[in-house]
Amino acid sequence: MRRASLVVAIAFGAATLAALGLFVVYIAGGQPQVEGALLFVALAGIGAGLMVWATRLMTGIGQITQSRRHAQPPEEKEAAAEAMAGGVEEMSRRRLLFRLLLGAAGALGLAAIFPIRSLGRAPGASLFRTEWRPGLRLVDVDGNLVTRDTLEVDSFTTVFPEDAVGSGDSQAVLIRVQSGSLQLPADRLAGAPDGYVAYSKICTHAGCAVGLYLARVHQLRCPCHQSTFDVLNGAQPVYGPAARALPQLPIEIDADGTMRALGDFTAPVGPSFWDLPP
Amino acid sequence: MIVRRWVDGVDERLDGSSFISRNLRKVFPDHWAFMLGEIALYSFLLLVLTGTFLSFFYLASDEPVTYTGPYQPLQGQTVSAAYDSVMRLSFEVRAGLVMRQIHHWAALVFMGAIIAHIIRVFFTGAFRKPREISWLIGIGLFLLGIGAGFTGYSLPDDALSGAGLRIAYSIILSIPFVGTWLAYLFFGGEFPGPDILNRLLVLHIFIIPLAIFTLLGAHLAVVWHQTHTQFRAPGRTEDTVTGTPVWPKFALKSIGLALTTFGVIALLGGLFQINPIWLYGPFVPYSTASPSQPDYYIGWLEGLLRLWPDWEFHVFGHTIGELLLPSLVVPGLVFTILALWPYLEARASGDHEWHHFAQHPREAPVRSAFGAVGMAFFVVLVLAGGNDVVAKFLGIEVDSFNTILRWTLFLGPVLSGSVTYWICRDLRDRPRHPMAAPPRVTFRRNAAGGFEEIESETPVAGRPSEERDRT
Repeated sequence: MRRASLVVAIAFGAATLAALGLFVVYIAGGQPQVEGALLFVALAGIGAGLMVWATRLMTGIGQITQSRRHAQPPEEKEAAAEAMAGGVEEMSRRRLLFRLLLGAAGALGLAAIFPIRSLGRAPGASLFRTEWRPGLRLVDVDGNLVTRDTLEVDSFTTVFPEDAVGSGDSQAVLIRVQSGSLQLPADRLAGAPDGYVAYSKICTHAGCAVGLYLARVHQLRCPCHQSTFDVLNGAQPVYGPAARALPQLPIEIDADGTMRALGDFTAPVGPSFWDLPP
Repeated sequence: MIVRRWVDGVDERLDGSSFISRNLRKVFPDHWAFMLGEIALYSFLLLVLTGTFLSFFYLASDEPVTYTGPYQPLQGQTVSAAYDSVMRLSFEVRAGLVMRQIHHWAALVFMGAIIAHIIRVFFTGAFRKPREISWLIGIGLFLLGIGAGFTGYSLPDDALSGAGLRIAYSIILSIPFVGTWLAYLFFGGEFPGPDILNRLLVLHIFIIPLAIFTLLGAHLAVVWHQTHTQFRAPGRTEDTVTGTPVWPKFALKSIGLALTTFGVIALLGGLFQINPIWLYGPFVPYSTASPSQPDYYIGWLEGLLRLWPDWEFHVFGHTIGELLLPSLVVPGLVFTILALWPYLEARASGDHEWHHFAQHPREAPVRSAFGAVGMAFFVVLVLAGGNDVVAKFLGIEVDSFNTILRWTLFLGPVLSGSVTYWICRDLRDRPRHPMAAPPRVTFRRNAAGGFEEIESETPVAGRPSEERDRT
């Protein structure tokens, strides 16, 4: 008993000192580690003191047994059911009024739904197109023009349309591989000149930016769920949960080396949605 | 004395004396496992306290601003006003960083305590009639906790949380018929959406906390009214509850636990860095942090996404993407089964009686086996949610680790369920728990010089802790 009260006293004393210490630390400019440690002593000091007090010093209060409440006697239940059902019956006796009330409440509920429409704009065709238009030049994250000489073989960069740098849905990866190593159908190959090929950077699985390029195996990998796409073969998925290929951005190279888009991506970018045609 | 005068005054105005004395003398049983729910409650209080402080500094705006604060690597960079406000809170507001870190740690402890509490209630059968309502409310609180966590860590608008939001947007998009509309209405338009931070803030600091407060109040009121379950022990019956009165003994212990919980979380928040958004950088849609993991209570959902096969379906010219099943249908099923468990079990066992005695896991081998199945399932999925990090730690390729995880996702639960069933049945059928203290026997030396037994106490089946209590 004596030892327990000593422990409680020490705990409360330490808590007081720590709380005073917090003043000092705060006035001195604050320091997260010290603040955390002092808060611990201040709070847990009082807490531990109280717990020791309750368990060791309140020995006079022993275990008590009380009865648990049970369900009410049957006649009470009966009376409650009667009171509840009686009210409903009273109302539903006037059938027409009751139905009109339900109708009015339903209509009001419906009217209350409409403001939800104001929360966002209609999707329309926005998921089917991006900012890319024929003739737009490719620029990098900083807005610098991307040219034939920007990339070494087996390297890549993120590109945007010149008028939409940083755009969420127009982001694309431009990769340079050995000229002639791409295995694309003829119409797609025309949009990938001299070993330069561009794909949407939005993963078709869950929409993360496909940011890892494994140059040795020519694969793009998404860091979120490890969907992996074969760059040489039209960015078809070769591993992971993605089912669809990354859409290709057809590009051309001007005589002076400037790169331009030939049009929008070959398919809607990003993850699947209900209205996406198979 | 002033307290007595106060009680007197209350009684004269509200006729409250019998209410006060009845509730102050109310008995609360003691068991260490009852702490788990209390820790969840107190971490929530701490979340509200620290969160209020944070909300005074946070700005829900994607307006681009130039960072000019003291963190040198980001100086001059364009960041959103939201990210800037969290950076200011972390580096320039005195006691801001410690508050932010305590808040995040409190969220982790909150969810951990809820999970541990659910596990305790499940394995002891404390959800049985008449406590199904508390169970349902508890599962609701767990779901709200996940929502609170996700909306909270999405607010700083950093690279990591941006990836999480992008995935959430894609998941909404995958819902048949209305997914596109829902995603546009919630985000205000195509991702990233102009209004999303503001909406997350309203959800995080108003709607979800209000719902948690309401359900928490109901949860506590029902427990208060119905009383706790208790393990079987000599002298205890189904109709009584044995323990210490609320005032002052239980109250002091519980307040002590609250302050200790606060203190430990404050220590974590002070000493252990969490969610260092300055290392992740501001969110930009064209880059994803690698590796990127959500907080652990969302990790199992992330794991499902990572392990799920590349199944895409087409119906009548429409597409059902790879996300719908693993991110909505399977978790929906898991939570439905979890929520309905009390009813499923009552139906399967035909037991519709009241139960105020808690059970030991061994007393219900089938239930315990199912519990072990569920826990193994979650553990494997949480590992899968960090498959890149774990694979790197183990020194193997992610792809082969995924193969292992897929097998483990099926074999692990089967194995843990079978072993649990076998252990529980074996323990149940033994006359005495192997860890229980041996039965106490008292002998007396008789006149002939031999011994005779005068008192034997057979321990109640499997009450090791109770045996210790009495010594």
